[in-house]
Amino acid sequence: MSSENKTPLLSVRNLVVEFSTRYGPVRAVDDISFDVYPNETVGIVGESGCGKTVTGLTLLQLIPMPPGRIVQGSINFDGRDLTKLSEKEMQEMRGSDISMIFQEPMTALNPVFSVGNQMIDVLRRHKNLTRRQARELAINMLDTVGIPAPRKRIDEYPHQMSGGMRQRVMIAMALSCGPKLLIADEPTTALDVTTQAQVMEQIVKLQDEFHMSMILVTHDLGVVAESCDRAIVMYCGNIIETAAIDDLFHKPQHPYTRGLLDSIPRIREERITELPIIRGMVPDLLHLPDGCRFADRCPRATDECRQDKPVVNIDPVTGNGVACYHPMG
Amino acid sequence: MSTLLKVVDLKKYFPVRGGMFHRVVAHVKAVDGVSFELEKGRTLGLVGESGCGKSTLGRAVLRLHEPTSGQIILNGDDLMTLNREALTAHRRQMQIIFQDPYASLSPRRTVAQTIQEPLDVHKIGTPREREKKVEELLDVVGLRKQVLSRYPHEFSGGQRQRIGIARSLALNPNFIVADEPVSALDVSVQSQVLNLIARLQREHGISFLFISHDLAVIQHVSDDVGVMYLGRLVELASADDLYRKPRHPYTKALMSAIPVPDPKKKSKRIILGGDVPSPMNPPPGCPFHTRCPDAMPRCKEAVPPRINVGSEDQPHFVDCHLFADESAT
Repeated sequence: MSSENKTPLLSVRNLVVEFSTRYGPVRAVDDISFDVYPNETVGIVGESGCGKTVTGLTLLQLIPMPPGRIVQGSINFDGRDLTKLSEKEMQEMRGSDISMIFQEPMTALNPVFSVGNQMIDVLRRHKNLTRRQARELAINMLDTVGIPAPRKRIDEYPHQMSGGMRQRVMIAMALSCGPKLLIADEPTTALDVTTQAQVMEQIVKLQDEFHMSMILVTHDLGVVAESCDRAIVMYCGNIIETAAIDDLFHKPQHPYTRGLLDSIPRIREERITELPIIRGMVPDLLHLPDGCRFADRCPRATDECRQDKPVVNIDPVTGNGVACYHPMG
Repeated sequence: MSTLLKVVDLKKYFPVRGGMFHRVVAHVKAVDGVSFELEKGRTLGLVGESGCGKSTLGRAVLRLHEPTSGQIILNGDDLMTLNREALTAHRRQMQIIFQDPYASLSPRRTVAQTIQEPLDVHKIGTPREREKKVEELLDVVGLRKQVLSRYPHEFSGGQRQRIGIARSLALNPNFIVADEPVSALDVSVQSQVLNLIARLQREHGISFLFISHDLAVIQHVSDDVGVMYLGRLVELASADDLYRKPRHPYTKALMSAIPVPDPKKKSKRIILGGDVPSPMNPPPGCPFHTRCPDAMPRCKEAVPPRINVGSEDQPHFVDCHLFADESAT
């Protein structure tokens, strides 16, 4: 999508997040910059350990500090730099302007309070409502996310619900204060495919209804293809490619993106004997190479790649960019 | 081709205890009357959503879970009639690869000890021969000899899964149950392990019962595919047939629910309503009728018979009333 005459809702610049470990500091997110525009869905994709979840958590300052630390960078949201806010100001922000849904709905909900109680708490925390009003609103939200008999189910506890239902409750809770930005971290990974289809359909529909922007953090390129406008591909803490969704899937520029797309097992017309692979494995974040972090696994790597790390150059017209000396073209 | 494994009406019920005297108050019907045949050197893929009983079936076939009733005929011997000693002897020809490469390897044993253990248990060869066999196995799964004295924590998920595979091959089995062997792995590593399994199947003529929730993975490795729902096989056919022309309404919904990694191909989706019923109290008649878009009155009353909608030599079995008139012969 073109970004002319629009101001981004969220603008992340040169963000670096470090965790101190027994073996030394690890940069989980290393100098990333990206924008999210109003009403836009941006996917952050990558494999385990690439920094996608940490990115999502850092936006809301939900990483444990210490051992985590924002070393540098800014997170501009709606005119304010979130890295400069106090914890109290952040609390106001969380759940009302920016909401988050998590992968595991069982651990994200409190098992000892009924679903209704938890939803009412959120509503009353951010809005000036009586208990009765908040309850009505909560019932409304449960209905909106497709929970049958919401008036009855609102008094149930999380363990009485199935995984899909719990994730819907999470979504209802996240949306109840009308956030401008929803961060969804692997929202359907713990669900079965048929439930995933139900939940994703619901999320996309609600995003439209509520006019929110969404950041969808996932490892599943299929989910990204179906619900995002734009995607960011991460590898070892870096953004290695960002592109409009059609471009990313049909003209991937980075050899890693290409490899990732090729190696997804997909249902094919004719079976093949060998799946394409990316050889080798992700380097250890404690011992990163100097040059491009993908160079060791890359079929196109040259000496240049091993010496100097390429950076993402964003094309001002398309908004696409790739960190590679030898893009696929 | 000859039959390696024949499973007839296999059932595995888990007792549920409760009440004042801790009596058995109900049963979870995890596997409820499953029959299939597996030919030598072929792979049967077993697909279904969580809780459908696919893993229980895999373990029951090896008698790792003691089946409630039914027959398991491996190479002409009914495993159900064997005593402990005879069963242990038979275990040499049947092995299992587990889902979680983190939990299925002992953290206190080196790679060499782990892979050698089956040889020690069955007292095969001299110590020197065992060592040699372990080295051969490492080579087969693509690990270097230098790793022999290392411990599991030093390896990535993909490498651990290779160690688990090497262990399962130690006794030259002719039948391996692979229970979600790639589900815990990232896509780029997943395809490496899938290619390895496909190669073992081709080069060593091993028959696999390959269990997965991922239809794309199942298509890649399987000759035949069984679809499970609520403890029963609802469709069973050759992979080519099943993927080209799924017949059971559940299989169709499952296939349409998979997100397609291509933004230009928005799939036409069959969204199933509701949740999977509890296996403690499965619905009467067809287990799928509560969610089936094509359910008829008859489906609520009678359990559908197994109908062959294929031909005599290319059978395509489907347990569904919709095809009652189509039965070949």
